[in-house]
Amino acid sequence: MRDTYIFLGVLLLFAAVNIGLVANGTLAADWTGLGIIVAAGMTLALYSFLYKDNPLFKFAEHVFVGVAAAYVFGQTWYPTLYGELIAEWTDPGEGETPNWWLLAPTVLGLLMLTRFSLRFGWLSRYAFAFFVGLAAGWTIPRYISSFILAQIEPTLQPLTWSLEGLNLLVVLVGVIGVLVYFFFSVEHTGTAGHISKVGIWFLMISFGASFGYTIMARISLLIGRVTFLLDDWLHLM
Amino acid sequence: MIFLSRTLPLVIAFAFGMLGVIGYYVPHGDAQSLEREMALWMRIVFAFSYLLGLYSLLNLHWQRIRQRVAGWAYSLIAILSFAVMMVFVVYNDGLGPFTAQAEAGGYKWLFDNIQVSCASTMFSILAFFIASAAYRTFRARTPEAAVLLIAAVIVMLGRVPIGRELSDFFPIATDWLLNVPNLAAKRGILLGVSLGAIATSLRIIFGIERSYLGGGAE
Repeated sequence: MRDTYIFLGVLLLFAAVNIGLVANGTLAADWTGLGIIVAAGMTLALYSFLYKDNPLFKFAEHVFVGVAAAYVFGQTWYPTLYGELIAEWTDPGEGETPNWWLLAPTVLGLLMLTRFSLRFGWLSRYAFAFFVGLAAGWTIPRYISSFILAQIEPTLQPLTWSLEGLNLLVVLVGVIGVLVYFFFSVEHTGTAGHISKVGIWFLMISFGASFGYTIMARISLLIGRVTFLLDDWLHLM
Repeated sequence: MIFLSRTLPLVIAFAFGMLGVIGYYVPHGDAQSLEREMALWMRIVFAFSYLLGLYSLLNLHWQRIRQRVAGWAYSLIAILSFAVMMVFVVYNDGLGPFTAQAEAGGYKWLFDNIQVSCASTMFSILAFFIASAAYRTFRARTPEAAVLLIAAVIVMLGRVPIGRELSDFFPIATDWLLNVPNLAAKRGILLGVSLGAIATSLRIIFGIERSYLGGGAE
């Protein structure tokens, strides 16, 4: 019962604040003003989860899911399904012929939709086989080039008597330590154990740095939302 | 039937997998064109996979409404929100769905005021939960946990003006932590992950890894 009163109180307060803001001209009585009110309402509804799970939060959460799903449809339809497929056939451009080879991925895409059929679901395997096979084929040379060779080269630079040389040595020790830590074919005892221990320390520093970095990124977003509420909505700043 | 449902998909995966590998190493113009065409095919098939996900999402909510499970009204809200946004997506500010996407109208309004605000709010909520996670994480019970704690505190102080006000040490130490030990650990992880990804890719191409085919009929 207490929560119901809080819920109704918050809704009434939100309505009263917005009526006041529009009445005194702080917010424009147009689509821009309404947009700010809606955005503020959604923001507060989602933040209400900090109190506890409640109908306001669930409402905003489901609105977000619905809008986001349709938004992604727009992002899929216009650039790809229309822009790169249908337009290729209906409007191929001056002096160009329609690219009928695109029927192949279209058929594969349609076969993917058979996934929900008990009888014809196996047909979707062709689409997945194409997708997964090609992605696997692309992965091999690109990973070798970008993530193995390109990472080994700067690790194995000549060491010098300078701060840069010291940093290079630290990186080399760290990379070897981490690789040994993740190398499970050898028991981590003796020398391998000591090296893997060094790897753990490097991993802990990395996780700590990443954690601190993530916290700051989230707090930056929080500051952005609070700024929106206090400045764009309430005009208090 | 086994050939059509199991062998042929493996042949397709092998053929396109080899095409992907070989295309990278052949600098001939035709090979590059073929690779661009394959990238286009990939985008198109991927776009259809979105429709699969969309059906799955809507079907889930529709079933919840149909069976009147607890909280079914929220599923109705999700479907109604989807329908409203879809109307504006298809309307495309009066241009219709068979043209380039308009940069204005109801679609843009809903995107700016609901999608963007909700997305950034959802992520910023994590600041609160990450703070409670930090409390649990930052109790330095072992030397390793102490190292994690010290690194995190230095990076946090190094990224805000107060850290710079306290001492020049924090921004310098933050840069060093991120560029040297952090780089070393990330590089070690990346090398391991890359070797794993390559091994998995080889298993897929040669038909050893078949989980992507799913279960069901042979």
